[in-house]
Amino acid sequence: MTMQALERSAVETVRQGFRLSPEFRRGLAGTLVLAVLATIGKIIVPIAVQQVVDEGLTAAVPDLPVIRNGLLACAAAVVLTALCSYVMNVRLYRATESGLATLRGKGFRHVHDLSVLTQNTERRGALVSRVTGDVDQISTFMQWGGLMIIVAGLQLIVATVLMAVYSWQLTLLVWACFLPVVFALPRFQRLVARRYITVRERTGDVLAGVSESVVGSAVIRAYGSEDRTADRIDAAINGQRKAQIRAQRVIGLTFPVTELVASIAIAGVLILGVALGADKTITEGELIAFLFLITLFIMPLQMGTEVLNEAQNAIAGWRRILGVLDTPADVADPADGAVLPRGPISVAFEDVGFAYPDGPPVLREVTAAIPPRTRIAVVGETGSGKTTFAKLLTRLMDPTSGRVLIDGADLRDIRFSSLRERVVMVPQDGFLFDSSLAENIRFGRPDATDEELTAALTELGLADWLDGLPQGLRTPVGQRGESLSAGERQLVALARAYLADPDLLLLDEATSAVDPATEVRLARALDGVTRGRTAISIAHRLSTAEAADEVIVFEHGRIVQRGPHATLITEPGVYADLYASWTTATRSA
Amino acid sequence: MRQGFRVIGHAIKAEPGIFTAAVLASAVYGVMTVLAAWALGWATEHAVLPAFKDGGAPSGALATAALLIVGTALFKALGIMGRRILAGIMQFRMQARSRRAATRQYLRLPLSWHHRHPTGQLLSIANSDAEAAWGPLAPLPMAVGVIVMLFAAAVAIVITDPMLAIVGFLIFPAIALLNLVYQRRLAPIATRAQELRASVSEVAHESFDGALVVKTLGREDAEAARFQARADELRDANIAVGRIRGLFDPLLEALPTLGVLAVLLVGSYRLASQDVTSGELIQVSYLFTLLAFPIRALGWVLAELPRSVVGWTRVQEVLDATGSMEYGTAALPADAPARIEARAVTYGYDPEAPVLRGVSFEAAPGRTVALVGPTGSGKSTLTQLLARLIDPDQGVVAVDGVDLREVARGGVPASVSLVPQQTFLFDDSVRGNVTIGADLPDERVWAALRLAQADGFVSALPEGLDTRVGERGATLSGGQRQRLALARALVREPRLLILDDATSSVDPQVEKRILVGLREQASTVIVVAYRMATIALADEVVYLEQGVIADHGAHEQLLVRCAGYRDLVTAYEREEAERAAAELVDEAELAGEFEGEVVA
Repeated sequence: MTMQALERSAVETVRQGFRLSPEFRRGLAGTLVLAVLATIGKIIVPIAVQQVVDEGLTAAVPDLPVIRNGLLACAAAVVLTALCSYVMNVRLYRATESGLATLRGKGFRHVHDLSVLTQNTERRGALVSRVTGDVDQISTFMQWGGLMIIVAGLQLIVATVLMAVYSWQLTLLVWACFLPVVFALPRFQRLVARRYITVRERTGDVLAGVSESVVGSAVIRAYGSEDRTADRIDAAINGQRKAQIRAQRVIGLTFPVTELVASIAIAGVLILGVALGADKTITEGELIAFLFLITLFIMPLQMGTEVLNEAQNAIAGWRRILGVLDTPADVADPADGAVLPRGPISVAFEDVGFAYPDGPPVLREVTAAIPPRTRIAVVGETGSGKTTFAKLLTRLMDPTSGRVLIDGADLRDIRFSSLRERVVMVPQDGFLFDSSLAENIRFGRPDATDEELTAALTELGLADWLDGLPQGLRTPVGQRGESLSAGERQLVALARAYLADPDLLLLDEATSAVDPATEVRLARALDGVTRGRTAISIAHRLSTAEAADEVIVFEHGRIVQRGPHATLITEPGVYADLYASWTTATRSA
Repeated sequence: MRQGFRVIGHAIKAEPGIFTAAVLASAVYGVMTVLAAWALGWATEHAVLPAFKDGGAPSGALATAALLIVGTALFKALGIMGRRILAGIMQFRMQARSRRAATRQYLRLPLSWHHRHPTGQLLSIANSDAEAAWGPLAPLPMAVGVIVMLFAAAVAIVITDPMLAIVGFLIFPAIALLNLVYQRRLAPIATRAQELRASVSEVAHESFDGALVVKTLGREDAEAARFQARADELRDANIAVGRIRGLFDPLLEALPTLGVLAVLLVGSYRLASQDVTSGELIQVSYLFTLLAFPIRALGWVLAELPRSVVGWTRVQEVLDATGSMEYGTAALPADAPARIEARAVTYGYDPEAPVLRGVSFEAAPGRTVALVGPTGSGKSTLTQLLARLIDPDQGVVAVDGVDLREVARGGVPASVSLVPQQTFLFDDSVRGNVTIGADLPDERVWAALRLAQADGFVSALPEGLDTRVGERGATLSGGQRQRLALARALVREPRLLILDDATSSVDPQVEKRILVGLREQASTVIVVAYRMATIALADEVVYLEQGVIADHGAHEQLLVRCAGYRDLVTAYEREEAERAAAELVDEAELAGEFEGEVVA
């Protein structure tokens, strides 16, 4: 299952987006009323100019007190509309930011609800963008571009209405000048958008190049390929700069074009206005006010390209987030799932098959019953289906056919919280969070005390290791746990799972990076702590298999052998071969 | 702010030509804006009012007015175009410059420096910080143009009427002051919002990276709560930004409007006393209208300054970082396996707690040395010292008797190849990844791939050697990636080959074939190993424990005399033996019970 690339229309996207974040609608009507009031403030100056010219300048004796009172009223109106503008802004920010915070939260949660399969089809960075960059884009648009569309639109309407009151002929003339610009805008915006896409692609190249110089720093030095890498990066940086300048050249055009068109409109209005003035269809004040009103057309058109661009980006971002939210959590928490009582756990695979989408079958007709309290080792070559077996057992994925049961209940009918409490897997890559050792172990059981953490480590035979750490449980583990070695990370992951106290512990090559002596100590400790529980280990070191009650051998997606180590070793077959090659690899001749 | 202007100063010094051109274009724009207002006033005075008064249009004056208006607009448009395009060129050039300089530095600085700086930080310095540093350059020419505009406007108003000028001199400084207060108030909150945005992103990144752990431990709700808390903080910060913006933006718009009203008020009195003409009054009002928007460009520059200073400082820290690898002039021999020597080598990432202490050992040419030790004993660090990725804090690492620090640039990589624990592939073809730019014939590449047991899967790739691999290329398994990395080392026929657990993801059978093949090579080989099969192929073993060499000798000798080593490498065997013994006891007990039963 991949992310849905559903191309919904812009209107549908916005409608759905609003449905997801009801906060956007909160108080929207009031905000819009305020926006209208705020826009009216823009035409105060032209009206004032018209009044002053007509009532004051052209009259034989200007009535100064009337002018003064009129202007003071205008000033009061300006202050009032500024206030409206302020309240509108605050309401807008509050509504949009609240809605976007909700959207972020929903998106984030849904990403975690997606199956590992779906998560893995997307690059991590892309998923992160869904709840960061994409949302930011909507945020910028709503608070700047979206506002601009409303304000600019209203501004054009209000200006046009006032113009029409003064003179419909001049209004037609002004619109005749600006209409071509309005029509050209979307076309121009497409051109700009294309250039921006190139910029983004080139920026991607730069990022890839830079990350190579950082992530590959050891290899680059070891092979003395600094100059070659520098050349590659330079090429990428140059490409980016050229694309940026090419885009800038196009964007640089909108402003001057609008200025020119506006000047032509002004000149035209002057000439036609004077002609109309001769017939007394317009006063000089109205004509001059017209010239002021034309300036109200400039800003909306100059910003038009950028606003359209941002609108497009925001819609695209929104579409992508909705795409994530639309992707069904194909491994979903059942609505009325069963809650299983705690206690020793039995596992059954009934005729289970699995294939990745559009892939060949990975598991075929797997049937196995694992009674409570048994300790099983699962072995097989790379690609034989061991890890798939583990993922199905922990319901990270659902089987394509057949059923997986614990305590007789289909995994698909068990509530997630119950399942995760009872069945815990330790994956091979012991991912740690950037905090202290204690916080990472506590991830398994958030209410555990420090004493319980220490006790867990001691029971696992790791007390010495803990004592050797400079700050003990307080030791910071670094980003992704990188301050610890790969082996130490696995120790933490194991302790974390053990602390969670599951009824079934599943280890997926959980100690592969630990040195042999530690691994053996750990295996012995695990042997103790898993007594009384069901435990399944996927093992690449067959020492684990020797210690298990039973061994399940996978080959090409099927279970080919099953039985205690001592029995299997005597039978010719896959296990005997694996064992032979393992002993030669680990034993002295 | 002074720092901010210093950053801008650097840019001007770096691109004086472009900057001058951009400023000139912007000055044209500034002057033309003032002239446009003057043209409109002239048109009012000489064309509009006479026409209305006398009932007839003086067509000559009208045509002149129209020409004046369109003419000034044309020059203004050219000015704007030049300003915007040139400002862009300058900004993007400076960004590219910073990016180039920072990445050069990444490539030049020693690996120990990289160890101290997280990957994410270095990426964001070359990306977003380099961008932020030169953010003010975009509005800068416009701001300079606005200053020219203000001067021209001041002159124009003073010439027109001193009383109106007083209104202007009250309003414009007020706008400038308001701008300043605005940016002062906004800067800390905007910075905080920016930081929170980064932290939201960090949480998402980390949480999605650890998605499997979150899932397997059922911690989705807790993670969602952790994320929502950050998202809510960001929301509050953004709303706080909105409050400031929401207050100051309308104020900044209202001030010039109030200015125009004041001009009209004062102007009507001045008109009544015949101190100004109506054309002049319209000119000044129009000027105020035209100035209202551009004057905010001063604020934009100020707004970008704090981010710019932060970005620039972070980039500069990278550029100022010292401790680069120094190279000598000595050459290493061109052929025959290398002789290695470490003399009293001490190295620590943290000087308080060295990872290696007083490590000394020698390896004769052509020997295969296994480097063995428990997790965290310093094996990887030692391999990096031997390949001179890092220099020892104390002591000497020498190849063929030459201190590696004395070797000329490029000399060490020509002789020594290290395959690190973490496989890294370039975003390049298979061939590019193996040769890394060296001009090698395909036969040599294939030979290396064969030796690394990688020829099979490479020839099965859709485009063979030309198939792109790396982050955006074909997906390879961990073992396949490791084998490509190995081929990269082998194709160079190094005199010293260092493998740092470089075959951990390779199946044991394949690994064995690789190791046997390696013995045919005329190289000295250092191999970090756990597996007995690997150790068995080595001539001698260096056993490390907590950063010191605990023993050095043949495997059999160490087994006898070094308890730690014995414990480590025979762990599996002992375990099996113990289990067998335990089973014997169990059986004996069973037998005993059985016997007992029989007896009973």
